[in-house]
Amino acid sequence: MSSSSNNHDHHEENFIQKYIFSVDHKVIGIQYGITSLLFLLFGFSLMAIMRWQLAYPGTEIPIVGFIFGESGVLASEQYNSLGAMHGTIMIFLGIVPLAVGAFGNYLVPLQIGAIDMAFPKLNAASYWTYFVGGVIMISSFFMPEGAARSGWTSYPPLSVFENGQTIWLISMIFLITSSLLGSMNIIVTIVQLRAPGLTWMRLPIFTWAQFVTSFLLVLAFPPLEAAAVMQLMDRVAGTSFFLPSGLVMSGEIVDVAGSGSPLLWQHLFWFLAHPEVYVLILPALGIVGEILANNTRKPIWGFKSIIYSMVFLGFISFIVWAHHMFLTGMGQAMSAFFQTTTMIISIPSVVILTSYFLSLWGGSIRFNTPMLFALAFLPMFGIGGLTGLPLGLAASDIYLHDTYYVIGHFHYVVAPGTIFALFAGIYYWFPKMTGKKMSEMLGKLHFWPSLIFMNGIFMPMFIQGLAGVSRRLADGGQSYAHASGVLEWNEFMSISAFCLGLAQIPFIVNIFMSLFSGEKASRNPWDSTTIEWAAPSPPVGHGNFDGPINVYHTAYEYSVPDDKKDFKPQFEN
Amino acid sequence: MSNDHSKESIQEHIRVYLMVFGALAVLTVITVLASFIEVSTSEGIFLALIIASVKASLVAGYFMHLITEKGMIISILLLTVFFFFIMIFLPLISYTDSAGTHVPWVDGQ
Amino acid sequence: MEIPYSIEEREDTGLINSKLGIWIFLASEVMLFGGLFSAYIFLRIAAPPGDFEYWASKLSVPMATVNTMVLISSSVSMVMAWASLKLKDFSKYKMYMGITLLCSALFMVIKYFEYTSKFSHDIFPSTSNFMAIYFTLTGLHGLHILGGVIVMLYFYLPISHKLWEEQPEHFTNRIEALGLYWHFVDLVWIFLFPVLYLL
Repeated sequence: MSSSSNNHDHHEENFIQKYIFSVDHKVIGIQYGITSLLFLLFGFSLMAIMRWQLAYPGTEIPIVGFIFGESGVLASEQYNSLGAMHGTIMIFLGIVPLAVGAFGNYLVPLQIGAIDMAFPKLNAASYWTYFVGGVIMISSFFMPEGAARSGWTSYPPLSVFENGQTIWLISMIFLITSSLLGSMNIIVTIVQLRAPGLTWMRLPIFTWAQFVTSFLLVLAFPPLEAAAVMQLMDRVAGTSFFLPSGLVMSGEIVDVAGSGSPLLWQHLFWFLAHPEVYVLILPALGIVGEILANNTRKPIWGFKSIIYSMVFLGFISFIVWAHHMFLTGMGQAMSAFFQTTTMIISIPSVVILTSYFLSLWGGSIRFNTPMLFALAFLPMFGIGGLTGLPLGLAASDIYLHDTYYVIGHFHYVVAPGTIFALFAGIYYWFPKMTGKKMSEMLGKLHFWPSLIFMNGIFMPMFIQGLAGVSRRLADGGQSYAHASGVLEWNEFMSISAFCLGLAQIPFIVNIFMSLFSGEKASRNPWDSTTIEWAAPSPPVGHGNFDGPINVYHTAYEYSVPDDKKDFKPQFEN
Repeated sequence: MSNDHSKESIQEHIRVYLMVFGALAVLTVITVLASFIEVSTSEGIFLALIIASVKASLVAGYFMHLITEKGMIISILLLTVFFFFIMIFLPLISYTDSAGTHVPWVDGQ
Repeated sequence: MEIPYSIEEREDTGLINSKLGIWIFLASEVMLFGGLFSAYIFLRIAAPPGDFEYWASKLSVPMATVNTMVLISSSVSMVMAWASLKLKDFSKYKMYMGITLLCSALFMVIKYFEYTSKFSHDIFPSTSNFMAIYFTLTGLHGLHILGGVIVMLYFYLPISHKLWEEQPEHFTNRIEALGLYWHFVDLVWIFLFPVLYLL
């Protein structure tokens, strides 16, 4: 199939065609990457402002205080806005587009030896829909009503009446559409465009992870779209999908038809949002798998069980969602059901993590920057996963629900978990994308402080949460007597957060420095086995490979006995 | 059917399409008539959904060629249908199984 | 640059890209409408007894019956349009596609009269939960019709002949994908009709 890939037309493309409205999956992947990294930085800055407020409530915000009015002090509504937007931006505009949009787009066609995605124009449409959604989301800060304030979960009835929610919903509809287009494309690409000889069990872990992730996005996102449409109707057309009868606000009964149900939103929302957790974590697991196999120089342990676990994880993630709703008055039978499925879903995660740990055993490990991030991912994700167990059991969740314990738990999964894996991926594939190696020294300068400060932020959250400090308090819990014993941690966490921000400077410097004056990377700088390394660095124009690709081996044939080299690429016989 | 595209087979298909069209028209009339039969609400819902499902299967099976479709598509659709039912029924079950939910007209208030 | 398997089928899956793509899209559509149907059932159970039946009786069953017939006809003519292309008969394709377009326009017109007759009786989405879900479901369905009509127009306008002349197989596949979408929109209506009007 790749034989026709080389004689692509050589008509001249101008700058706009080539870099802005390109249909080449590599350009779109990089567009996704740059946009989502900027959003991650923006979401981080929102958090930094919140953390200042938590550590020093009621004092003037340094540097950017003028944005929040004369006094420079953050008002509670502004704190709520920042919280809601931090969550939304990090998840829907930062990590998912980076993991699925950027890495998925750039690497999936390369890893399966294809010349492009199955639908290149749809791919560009998906990016631009995402971009418009992002612009709308950011624009809400400048609207007269301000940005959304009801948390990223947008629970009604609050969200139906609170300012700024309409723009949030419109933006979400764009983002959901973009995700749907992108993931459809990835599924079709993987099914249809695999190179000759690339059977399902020869697909690398990363591609498998993208495959499962895309299914989650295709099937779980539409119900949220439906729910967003209904909430939009509630706000714009005065319906009462999510508003019960006799709702009292400011001492008066709200004038709506009533008999709606706030629980309906929660069901539809979490029907998406729990699979969404696996959308965040599966690509990360895929990236880590690639890097572990490459840098331990041995086949990944239990390859098949990892793949089966991923598929099972994706499947069962659709029937665990109501463990977010134990406090909504669900009966014992249903609580028991969701509690059981939640415990079951931890099994495949443990299988994957255990296989990764066992892969390290007896390997001659290379401790380069991508490997350090990948190694750090394992215990960090482990902490995140294990602290989730008490939240999956109804009895302990009743105590821990909506406390800082929950915040600590999911941030461990996503921040030092997924984001570390994404960093690892950037360091690992940067030579492929640009043809230049990244600096190891700056990389390590990025890794070690990040690891320390990440834990500095999130570990104390468990302490605060166990003491009963609620999330979403604009003063960090100062007005609650029971919180007084653990409040001194607030300052510690905030300083860690600011230092974490500083620790990203070497990363940014590294990207630009390596881009302009980095060491030139060869075609296969890490001596890797998967197909993307068969392409030149960076891959040639529109068409990727400079010759036909045939696949002869499974994905991770490292250190094959009696072989000259310690790796046997998939694309070499 | 996608393998066999000879002229005869297409003309055979066209005959099937017209038959399905007739069946759909008749079933639509039956649906409307059935709604006038005096039955309990649950029986009515059951009857209407049965007829609708038959019509939907005709459309999906013949117009959309699902009866001869490839395994990959069938399995994706089965997965979708499974999650569809999960999404419809699990919220309902957890709603009816709720502890301490306050429903005014049930509590007689 | 040509993406493989746009026209000829891949051997091991037996599929072309566009067909798999449109089916995955339809799978996501199933979940989209599923979310709204789930809301319908949820709200119906939560509503005071008789409330949904009372408001449903305000809808016009004759109009909806006619609309059902119109939509089914459009579905048949769509599949006939595709079959004509398979028989390499472009003028017949134009005729059937024209009928499909007419039927969808008729559907929208009837829908318009249905909506305005509700509005003129002071019935709005905010009037009751039944009306809320009625307007949301039929509105979303109407948007799907509108989307379909736009694509159909593209394949009906004079440019279609050029597309057909250049790549007949590719054109046929695109009509097949459009047809699958259109049958799905019809299929949704087949459920909407009894659920909203008759129950």
